[in-house]
Amino acid sequence: MEPVANIDGMELVYKKPHTLTDTPMHYCPGCSHGVVHKILMEVIDELGIQEETIGVAPVGCSVFAYEYMNIDMQEAAHGRASAVATGIKRVLPNKYVFSYQGDGDLAAIGTGETVHTVNRGENILMLFINNGIYGMTGGQMAPTSLIGMKTTTTPFGREASTMGNPLKITELLAQLPGAYFVTRHSVHNTAAVRKLKKAIAASFKYQKLNKGTCFIEVVSNCPSNWKMTPVESNEWLEKNMFPFYPLGDIKVPKS
Amino acid sequence: MIRGTIIVATDICKACELCITACPQDCLEMSPNLNVKSYHYVQLKNDTCTGCVNCAIVCPDSAITVYRQVKTTPKGATV
Ligand SMILES: Cc1ncc(C[n+]2csc(CCOP(=O)(O)OP(=O)(O)O)c2C)c(N)n1
Ligand code: SF4
Ligand code: SF4
Ligand code: SF4
Ligand SMILES: [Mg+2]
Repeated sequence: MEPVANIDGMELVYKKPHTLTDTPMHYCPGCSHGVVHKILMEVIDELGIQEETIGVAPVGCSVFAYEYMNIDMQEAAHGRASAVATGIKRVLPNKYVFSYQGDGDLAAIGTGETVHTVNRGENILMLFINNGIYGMTGGQMAPTSLIGMKTTTTPFGREASTMGNPLKITELLAQLPGAYFVTRHSVHNTAAVRKLKKAIAASFKYQKLNKGTCFIEVVSNCPSNWKMTPVESNEWLEKNMFPFYPLGDIKVPKS
Repeated sequence: MIRGTIIVATDICKACELCITACPQDCLEMSPNLNVKSYHYVQLKNDTCTGCVNCAIVCPDSAITVYRQVKTTPKGATV
């Protein structure tokens, strides 16, 4: 629904992007997925590329992303979004193509696809929503879960000797020659959301250069499975996730 | 002080309170009332809103629309 342009002499300065559908989101209260969807659609609105963008949705809580993003979209099997995005980009090289995946999807079952997509330097944007947990299936440990983090499969906390160390897949991918732009962001406050928006806009611009893969990690919350209120989850994220997953650019294009 | 206001789509608000934390003017609160999904929803509690859009940017459900007074110079020209 289009909001009115003026109220009481005040003019409209912010409305939800028109490329985001009016369908109410199924996400839990305060979940980062909703913020990332919105800001991604805001960039697509502002660049005027709604008709030229194709997204690939994952399996995970964001499995219904195509219900909210009013662009052409394709659902992929669990972990395979970047492989499907590769196919789409190769058949339709003039389109803007992105994949959208959680950490269980991208860094566990889909690790092979992820590594080889970036290694081939596919000209797509990969968005990686890292909430350190399998959200959709009830909060099992993900490769990205922090040491000590309690999940349904690590009730006493993750412990490195038997469960391995948390995987910094973003740093790992940045080593690959196919990676063109690799950066880590979050959406826990207004300034962070604005920075993420800039990175997404830059990635779509880079995609036209055909120089390789753009990869954006968004360190995210999962209030429900972390068993916290949304506000607490964002505080926990700042205190615990950021020291291990520091925000900022990891690989920037050489100018 | 620039005047602003917001409109909350009360039926899609999920009471996450992230907008309350983001508001620099402390002008938001939860309504004691419930929406159709049984969530409390956010409302303005005073008239200190400046239309800074912080609340709308962090809202995961895109439930907030923001309005702001047009800045005018003494001569009345808009800037
Ligand atoms: C082949 C296959 N194996 C396992 C599953 C079960 N499954 C669904 S979502 C998911 C993990 C989701 O976690 P993540 O990708 O981090 O997304 P989130 O829900 O946290 O956003 C798993 C294991 C599945 N759907 N298909
Ligand atoms: S389970 Fe976690 S990731 Fe999934 S919608 Fe709820 S808060 Fe978001
Ligand atoms: S627009 Fe700014 S001042 Fe107004 S309610 Fe939102 S955050 Fe507060
Ligand atoms: S951020 Fe949005 S969903 Fe959350 S309480 Fe505020 S208006 Fe409601
Ligand atoms: Mg996850």
